[in-house]
Amino acid sequence: MRARRAVILGLGGGAGAAALTLGLGWWRSGGSPQPALLPLAIGEMAFTLTDHRGRTVTPADWIGRPTLAFFGFTWCPDVCPTTLSDISLWLEDLGPDADRLNVAFITVDPERDTEAVLADYVANFDPRITGLTGPLAEVERVAAGFRARFEKVPQDGSYTMNHTAGVFLFRADGRFASIIDYHEDRRFALPKIRRALGA
Amino acid sequence: MKSVALFAALTLTAPAAFACEPFAVGDLTIEHAWSRATIGADRPGVFYVEITNAGSADDALVGIATPAAGMPMLHETVVTDGIASMPHSMSVPVPAGQTVALAPGGYHGMLMGLVTALKEGGSFPVTLTFQRAGEVTVTVDVLSMRAEGPDCAHAGQ
Ligand SMILES: [Cu+2]
Repeated sequence: MRARRAVILGLGGGAGAAALTLGLGWWRSGGSPQPALLPLAIGEMAFTLTDHRGRTVTPADWIGRPTLAFFGFTWCPDVCPTTLSDISLWLEDLGPDADRLNVAFITVDPERDTEAVLADYVANFDPRITGLTGPLAEVERVAAGFRARFEKVPQDGSYTMNHTAGVFLFRADGRFASIIDYHEDRRFALPKIRRALGA
Repeated sequence: MKSVALFAALTLTAPAAFACEPFAVGDLTIEHAWSRATIGADRPGVFYVEITNAGSADDALVGIATPAAGMPMLHETVVTDGIASMPHSMSVPVPAGQTVALAPGGYHGMLMGLVTALKEGGSFPVTLTFQRAGEVTVTVDVLSMRAEGPDCAHAGQ
């Protein structure tokens, strides 16, 4: 396929058709866009993923500890390393308190982000960050539970991923706590995490 | 945007210090050029920089070229309804009297088709083309993947 200028597709069906005519796969999660929906409680979610150490992870594994989760992909040059650096700094600022958190980096690009690829990648950040991948259907299920969205977009002969960029926080009992938005003032992040830790 | 010299030798072993050294062309000062280390050459690299326009006429960054990547281009990270995307930017405005940053979460140079992995501590040249001021080549420091920018205050510059 010839290289072409980056085309960013919307979430409509027409865009999906356009992506297919480019010969690239296209998907998105979560059914029809309903941005007002809050994430489910973790206990109401259903997914089976694999972490970067090869261990199986289901929602039950997260219950009992507060959870901080971020969707991204390792081919992402800007948003993902920036957010994972931010998360690493927050964990360092929290110190030993952060040991009580589940910290998950969930790939929206399981096609490229295998366990081994994730292991290489997360090694660059705080060791408390766990990379998660799985079959596309399972990644769609976890995203649906979070009300997160992602889509594959063609980019100069390859592809990139558009994805929900906020950092999700859940309390230890699995109830949704809050989201740290990507462009939110980073000073609000630590208090939000402390609240999720404390409740 | 084509790279000027795709197979030019890359200076990937130079000590990191260039990011704190300003470059100038016309009324523009360009500094804090940095990039993040990459795992391998398959993933795109990134290019960040600060441009100050001390003149009285607006300018714009219209292109970047580098021997480090076959397909460098300007992107802007945009978050709409919580979803991040990276549309291609035809140009980055550099208004008179202002400083504009290509910085994490906003405008960035997207370095697709890396010739080789970008290694922490290395550096490579990027040529910026401005609508009015013309071309200037700056040296880009490769920082760690975790870096959030060059630490010039402590670099003794
Ligand atoms: Cu980009």
